[in-house]
Amino acid sequence: MSKILAVDDSASLRQMVCFTLKEAGHDVVEAADGAEALQFARGSAVDLVISDVNMPQMDGITLVRELRGLPEYRFTPILLLTTESADDKKQAGKAAGATGWLVKPFDPETLLSTIKRVLG
Amino acid sequence: MSVDLSQFVQAFLEESFEGLDRMESELLGSDILDSAPDEERGGERINTIFRAAHSIKGSAATFGFAAVGEFTHGVETLLDQIRDGRRPLTEEGRALLLEAVDRIRDMLSAARDGTEHDAHGVERTREAIAALLADAPPGPEAAARSAATAAPAPQGAEDAALWRIEFAPHRGLLGTGNDPLRIFAYLRDLGELSVTCDAAELPAVDALAPESCYLRWTLELRGAASEADIREAFEWVAEDCDLAITGAARPEVARADVTPNRAAPPDVTPPDVTPGKPTAAAKPRANDTSVTTRAAAPAAADAAPEATPAAAPAAADEAPVASTTAAPGGADAAAVDRRRKPPVDRRADSSSIRVAVEKIDALVDLVGELVISQAMLETIGGSAEPEDFDAVRVERLRQGLAQLERNMRELQEAVLSVRMIPISFVFSRLPRLVRDLESALAKKVRLVIEGEETELDKGVIEKLVDPLTHIVRNAVDHGIESPAARAAAGKPETGTLKLRARHQGGNIVIDIEDDGAGLDRERLLRKARERGIPVPENPTDRDVWQLIFAPGFSTAEAITDISGRGVGMDVVRQNIESINGRLDIESTAGAGTKLTIRLPLTLAILDGMSVRVGEEIFILPLTAILESLQPRPEQLHSIGGRGRVVRLRGEYLPLVSLSDVFNLPGRSGKAEEGIVVVVESAKDRAALFVDELIAQHQVVIKSLETNYRRVPGISGATIMGDGRVALILDVDALTQIH
Amino acid sequence: MSAAELQHGQLSAENRRELLTFRLGEEEYGIDILSVQEIRRYEAVTRIANTPEFIKGVINMRGTIVPIVDLRIRFALGNVTYDEFTVVVILNVADRVVGIVVDAVSDVIAIDAEALRPAPEFGAHLDTDYLDGLATVDERMVIIVDIEALITTPELGLIDDASSAA
Repeated sequence: MSKILAVDDSASLRQMVCFTLKEAGHDVVEAADGAEALQFARGSAVDLVISDVNMPQMDGITLVRELRGLPEYRFTPILLLTTESADDKKQAGKAAGATGWLVKPFDPETLLSTIKRVLG
Repeated sequence: MSVDLSQFVQAFLEESFEGLDRMESELLGSDILDSAPDEERGGERINTIFRAAHSIKGSAATFGFAAVGEFTHGVETLLDQIRDGRRPLTEEGRALLLEAVDRIRDMLSAARDGTEHDAHGVERTREAIAALLADAPPGPEAAARSAATAAPAPQGAEDAALWRIEFAPHRGLLGTGNDPLRIFAYLRDLGELSVTCDAAELPAVDALAPESCYLRWTLELRGAASEADIREAFEWVAEDCDLAITGAARPEVARADVTPNRAAPPDVTPPDVTPGKPTAAAKPRANDTSVTTRAAAPAAADAAPEATPAAAPAAADEAPVASTTAAPGGADAAAVDRRRKPPVDRRADSSSIRVAVEKIDALVDLVGELVISQAMLETIGGSAEPEDFDAVRVERLRQGLAQLERNMRELQEAVLSVRMIPISFVFSRLPRLVRDLESALAKKVRLVIEGEETELDKGVIEKLVDPLTHIVRNAVDHGIESPAARAAAGKPETGTLKLRARHQGGNIVIDIEDDGAGLDRERLLRKARERGIPVPENPTDRDVWQLIFAPGFSTAEAITDISGRGVGMDVVRQNIESINGRLDIESTAGAGTKLTIRLPLTLAILDGMSVRVGEEIFILPLTAILESLQPRPEQLHSIGGRGRVVRLRGEYLPLVSLSDVFNLPGRSGKAEEGIVVVVESAKDRAALFVDELIAQHQVVIKSLETNYRRVPGISGATIMGDGRVALILDVDALTQIH
Repeated sequence: MSAAELQHGQLSAENRRELLTFRLGEEEYGIDILSVQEIRRYEAVTRIANTPEFIKGVINMRGTIVPIVDLRIRFALGNVTYDEFTVVVILNVADRVVGIVVDAVSDVIAIDAEALRPAPEFGAHLDTDYLDGLATVDERMVIIVDIEALITTPELGLIDDASSAA
């Protein structure tokens, strides 16, 4: 079981991600935007962060940059949820230190097979 | 594992509708046009709009609304260009985006209700957006994408091709959270993998930066995987490594090539350094100990489950396919969408409510206080014997009861506040409406909204949508003049329509005020005569204005598409009165018209006046009461020995004796000994004759029909302080009795 | 052991009906105990205008508005007085709560459905439409009423025509 921080301003997508991960036996913490996620991350470490890119308050790319600045998160896998058109976002995410990405739309199976790539 | 996605569809729809509302209201912001993205307000608006579109697009296909996702993609692209400053937001673009918002709303509502959406309309809008996008020089992103999509064809023709992969991570690869071992694990799923590690660059321990990656690997993969499959494994580290993938026809040769160069010197002892984080050190260490020799590699490959060849890439492929099938014919794709998706329970639309956490917290606090009060009363009286109640204890009991009463009142308010939502729920639809009317009617209107944070009961708000929409439509259509006519009258070409909501006592008051032509007294009177609508003798302005509420009255010279929708102001007024509201009108020729809606804050509570008739107590809604007076004998007249009237400032109002109406025993005696209450309904005014006015109360409305039936002249019941039932008078019906 | 129990003791459970019996004048009536919600004292009602005399009005029962029907007036039985012994039987039938005023509640009895005898035409008092039949208990005759049919009959005017049609 891994501890996963799921960040998305869309409640439905966040619910889906959390539900899927919980069903797969993971421990999931939710955050509705980057600021909320960072707030949480300052207090505790997780095994994986999955974050949307476009969010109010703090976007996903800023979040990645901020997280990489925290000692506990230097090597933590961080996956960004992007859309197929957002190549520039992928690159910006990578530049900020994201581990990889998950292209929307995705289904629960894709989500699980993708996180296997970083959780081993 | 299979997850039932339908459970999230409701949430998806709710947030999408909210997002659409947000898009719409931001698009209608006056400062959005031509504002550069870096400008504070306009830029933030565009960002908000973009995020909403982006969310809908991202989630739609995930939850099975592929056609919505595909359609929204174009919208998002357009918004992205505007957001990045690559394209200005023109008036045309705004209109198109608003249209797109409607289309998405239509598609989602249709999916929710299991009905058809306007597929042709959607297609038209999609094409318009595509045309607009094609108009501009392609953004850098589009070019990049077309270059990236050309994936090299797999080189090995045989089923079990042999691939050689030279993988040289850059030093910082670990800093992205990626781990070469996990990549190898992924590759193992694609075929038979052998791994050779080259630790030649590994520095001496004292020079080693534990977070850097010094190793490089040569891998051989035998399997049906294509080069694209392999590249996918390295997708996330493509920028953080040097990667060479070559197909080898004859495995033996390839292997021979590899061996001499990449002999691993396994003499490196794991660095015994303690960095900030143990896992950081563990990574490089794991890398060189576990996969250092070729001998170890096949074993590792064997250990990988064989039953899952290429499972992961196949799953990953599915998503793009799902979204592109929707692309060609919006209509076809939508039809498929609809067949697959059962209609979502639509009740949730109006039967669920979003409540701010603070409100819930307040409730919890109040319940806590209630428990304390109860405990306090328990200690005072719980085990006391009658003889224990001395003056002190009685006084404490009284205090406890007072505290309990306060708690209850606060709790009642807090519970009702849960049902309260801001009136912006209705107001937010109006800018769009006004804008559409402006273009349809070639008028210029500035809409001013005040007090949109004013809260009222959800039930009231829902019933307010139609009347308010109609009033606003009417004001723009009939009230505000054409720019030319305004200029001729010496007014600014742009008319002003002001909407203002505010609390006043236990009511909410909404003004809808325009600076248009005002009502035309003579024309209204002429119209009324033409339509056979009764007009009082020497009508006051007020009487004339009331004519527009008469059934079947319409002042438009031609029934326009805008206002002529089969709903007259009479219906508007009835709707408002059905929620115990009141509609008043004021107008000044040439200067404009003001409609005022007065509403109770909640449907469950009524501001009432209790009146006594004989021995019975009735409740009159305060909103219906114009005035009350003790009539002088000379004000009372009888007509034909049957009906009686009361003369009030030159007007004769029918006198309705409640004791007669309700056949109550008691004196139907001299009117001058009682009280006359002048009430007004949608249809008429009347003077109700009662024995006594008792007090004003807020009463909780109870239905008589739950266990009984409708009673003529009675709209409901309530429970008074002494536990008895009092009936609430139906003013509408009472004014019709005479 | 009462005569009723002796008489019906050996009968199978599914044929037994439990009834609440009450008096209207000299007559004893029985209604299905499952339709009875509670029994309470008569209290002051709020009159409703222009209704037949047997509709006494409405009362507040813990926040619910409940109409009260005086069956004694409706069937012209017994002395119509209201005092501290006057009893209201609160019924829950056809998704409604309705109170009926009776002279006195007598007993809860169990009878065998097969022991019911068809009621002859009653004429003025009670329409046979809402009579299940007659039973004999302890040598007394009990008139078994189909209380739901009685309460929902349009004749009583307790329910809107529209809602009774629905």
